Amino acid sequence: MALGIRWTRAWIARTADVIADNRVLLITLDRDIGDGDHGENMDRGFSAVKAKLADVAPDAIPADALKLVATTLISTVGGASGPLFGTAYLKAAGAVAGQAELDGAAIVALLTAARDGIVLRGKAEVGDKTMIDAWTPAVDAATAALAEGKSEIEILQAAADAAQVGSESTDPLVARKGRASYLGERAIGHRDPGSVSAALILRAAADATAD
Amino acid sequence: MAPEVHIAAAGGTDDDGIGTSFDLITTAIAEADDGTGVVILCDLGSAILTAETAVEFLEDDVASRVRIADAPIVEGSVAAAVAAQTGGSLEDVVRAAESAAASLSADVDTAASAPTSASDAPIVVDPEPTAVVNDPAHAEGTATLINASGLHARPAAEFVRMASTFDARISLNGVDAKSLLRIMGLGLGKGAAVSLEATGPQARVALDALIELLESGFGE
Repeated sequence: MALGIRWTRAWIARTADVIADNRVLLITLDRDIGDGDHGENMDRGFSAVKAKLADVAPDAIPADALKLVATTLISTVGGASGPLFGTAYLKAAGAVAGQAELDGAAIVALLTAARDGIVLRGKAEVGDKTMIDAWTPAVDAATAALAEGKSEIEILQAAADAAQVGSESTDPLVARKGRASYLGERAIGHRDPGSVSAALILRAAADATAD
Repeated sequence: MAPEVHIAAAGGTDDDGIGTSFDLITTAIAEADDGTGVVILCDLGSAILTAETAVEFLEDDVASRVRIADAPIVEGSVAAAVAAQTGGSLEDVVRAAESAAASLSADVDTAASAPTSASDAPIVVDPEPTAVVNDPAHAEGTATLINASGLHARPAAEFVRMASTFDARISLNGVDAKSLLRIMGLGLGKGAAVSLEATGPQARVALDALIELLESGFGE
């Protein structure tokens, strides 16, 4: 079952809600190993995104909505997550340009482009204790699911599950990027907040298929 | 120090909080852009990422004349402004900003050594020892600082600006006279004795002009 603008809008709306619900958690995680504003930044960005969703035309395609998320995040999120997630959504939009319905291959292309956008912007690698530790496993799982002939829903669920595991895998790591990289071993035992956001976003993508 | 250089501040979020604003940066780029180029200096993390993102959203012709310098924001801005004021190209300004980090540690070594030629170019030496001083391609001289603030800030900028106009390699107390940060790094105050050396086609005229400037007290 291909996914279109209805799924995209639902994904974005669910993301805004789950980010708002987890605002304090994200702030707390970021206070432990960062500068404490991740939850605030993400909530501000996605609240603005949710407000702009109303402007998306009924006959829009997924790429239109994704691009709107990108530009909104870039101009409202005052921290590194703005450019990072903003570029992710921007590249994702580019990967599915012109397509009204997204099949499995398009979904994988979307996720891969998003991940590549984050790497392009932030230059992180797996193991650096960043959102990439959630995104790359998600992309790998989605790619494997596609190769196994799984449906779009199953592909997104595989991605969401892998992102969750990936985020948890950041706990014992020493950070090599971002504010946490100044903390050395004090970052050990703390989950990377960006990876939690990434996992929430990808879970919302999977859950939105039910809407 | 750099009266004709346009410096646009773009720090903070849209509501003046800590962080960065894509819109503020984009606006500042447009403000600072007079067609010759824009150099962006950032402090941490999101400033660099947001600046890079902002540049990607520019039209190609504008983007081609914008650079993000990998430099310490304060020292780099000072060096960049002087380079721009003294007619530096876009690449000159970037280089000046990026050399600011290196100069902070390099100064300790060069300033501590005895006055020598600052360049790595061969010095033209006449076989007759006394001819070294008379060699038109090489000149030396001394002066004493008489102005209250010594060779800091504005006087240093004026000195560097003048030194930059000459076709010669010039050093003051062993450091490059065309590097504002190196000159300021000497920390020379009122009454300090300075020793200048110059090599190149305009060595003598450079020395004469610079010594005159130093001894004029910079109008203080």
